[in-house]
Amino acid sequence: MSRLVSFFASLYRDGFRNMTWGKPLVWLILLKLIILFGILRVFFFKPAMRGLSDEEKSEKVGAALTQPHNTDTLNLLTD
Amino acid sequence: MDVVVWSRIQFAMTAAYHWLFVPLTLGLAVVMAVMETLYVVKKDEFWKKAAQFWIKIFAINFAVGIATGIILEFEFGTNWSNYSWFVGDMFGAPLAIEGILAFFMEATFFAVMFFGWNKVSPKFHLASTWLTGIGATISAAFWEVITNPVAVSKFCHSVTSGWVTGGIFVVGVSAWYLLKKRHVEFAKKSMLIGAIVGLVGSGAVMLSGDASGVHAAEFQPMKLAAAEGLRDGGNGAAFTIVPGIQVPHMLSLLATHDWNGYVPGINDILNGYTDNDGNVIPSVEEKMYMGRTALDALAVYRTTDDPALKAEAKALLEANVQYMGYGHLSRPEDVVPPVGIVFWAFRLMIGLGMLIALVLLLCLYALWKDKLGKWNWLLWAAIICIPLVYICGQSGWVVAEVGRQPWTIQGLLPVNVAISSLSAGAVKTTFFLFLGIFALFLAIEIRIMIRAIGKGPDVEPQNS
Repeated sequence: MSRLVSFFASLYRDGFRNMTWGKPLVWLILLKLIILFGILRVFFFKPAMRGLSDEEKSEKVGAALTQPHNTDTLNLLTD
Repeated sequence: MDVVVWSRIQFAMTAAYHWLFVPLTLGLAVVMAVMETLYVVKKDEFWKKAAQFWIKIFAINFAVGIATGIILEFEFGTNWSNYSWFVGDMFGAPLAIEGILAFFMEATFFAVMFFGWNKVSPKFHLASTWLTGIGATISAAFWEVITNPVAVSKFCHSVTSGWVTGGIFVVGVSAWYLLKKRHVEFAKKSMLIGAIVGLVGSGAVMLSGDASGVHAAEFQPMKLAAAEGLRDGGNGAAFTIVPGIQVPHMLSLLATHDWNGYVPGINDILNGYTDNDGNVIPSVEEKMYMGRTALDALAVYRTTDDPALKAEAKALLEANVQYMGYGHLSRPEDVVPPVGIVFWAFRLMIGLGMLIALVLLLCLYALWKDKLGKWNWLLWAAIICIPLVYICGQSGWVVAEVGRQPWTIQGLLPVNVAISSLSAGAVKTTFFLFLGIFALFLAIEIRIMIRAIGKGPDVEPQNS
């Protein structure tokens, strides 16, 4: 198992070291992941039910199901 | 526009953007794996170089497309939390399995495929290339498709449409080389593999599309009626090619596999009808009444402490639950999706799909008869088909997603209830943020890819 891990580690290490045209792609992937998980996820996409227990989630959705909703924009583009 | 509309627009944009990368990944995975198989079987260095070039293009597309699907999952949790809670038990675990399995398969075998040309045996490398493609295919859909016949046909339709995309992309790029009289041998052989993969994909897309049509007729008849612009249905229904041109009985044959099968139209669905199995389907107004009964019963069940009343509410809820979503509608016409959009998107998808299949077939014929040098128009047609195949794929998603409106879960949860309590302003902000980021990454990808294609197939194994 440890030989397999070290094989893949060396594969990645040597691969990245010897990269030419692939390097900008790696930077692109890293930049994207930072934007996605470091900015968007943290500041803009907080799960609406984060921190609630299963019962509280159930209560919240149950309440949403039984209250009246605006249907004006259900099919905004219907001809 | 309110939060529901902005959330729908944002989700549509994210999904459409994601689907710019997925089909090419799926299709190129097959092309490069076939080429590498030829290298291993024939021991011909040419196929190794060819596979390496297409792996390079695959890698560029993969790098820019990676994690775009994650944004959809963010949106499920933030914008569509009621929907996510509703279906969480069904898609939570499969999503996690899909993420972990596909990610590790891709991360492991992608590294071998990309970096391991001189470090592992040709057969091990070949297996890694195939497994990278399989990992990408698993990523394209959730595992629940295995147990859901409707999703199986959708999954097959999506994956094989990716083969068409990859096939015509390879054919189009090869056509460009042939027009420029560069890498002629490489271009002809690539075109051959691309055209075969694309045509196999086209055949499979037609078969899975037929299955999807039958499933739509059974489970989403309104979507089928909208796609056909069928106001009033009946037995032996005709298929509309374009308004005014119809093929008699064809819609019945496609939707029910019966020449005289009954296909309900929009008005039949609104007013109620009897299906092919003799089941009486209630009108939408009746469904709305039963839906409201279910919602009232749910409200009582949630608030009462009286055991007898609770049991009565539960029984009432269970008896009407299949129409619960209709209780949220204010008028029967709310169940009709935008017919014009669905109707024309369906025709665009089928028309472009057939055009692309024809171009692929002609390319094979021209290769066989050695006519490519004289048929420049065909080479141009193959190049033009590259953007067209993307329009074709996006049209398919428009049919699938606009056609099922207003439902996020058919009959149970309309979009206006599936939404979280958010402000429209917050969704609008992230929409424009995405628009900017997506446009930037897409521009970068196109630039890197055009440069790689311009440079041509001269990839050195040790210089990735």
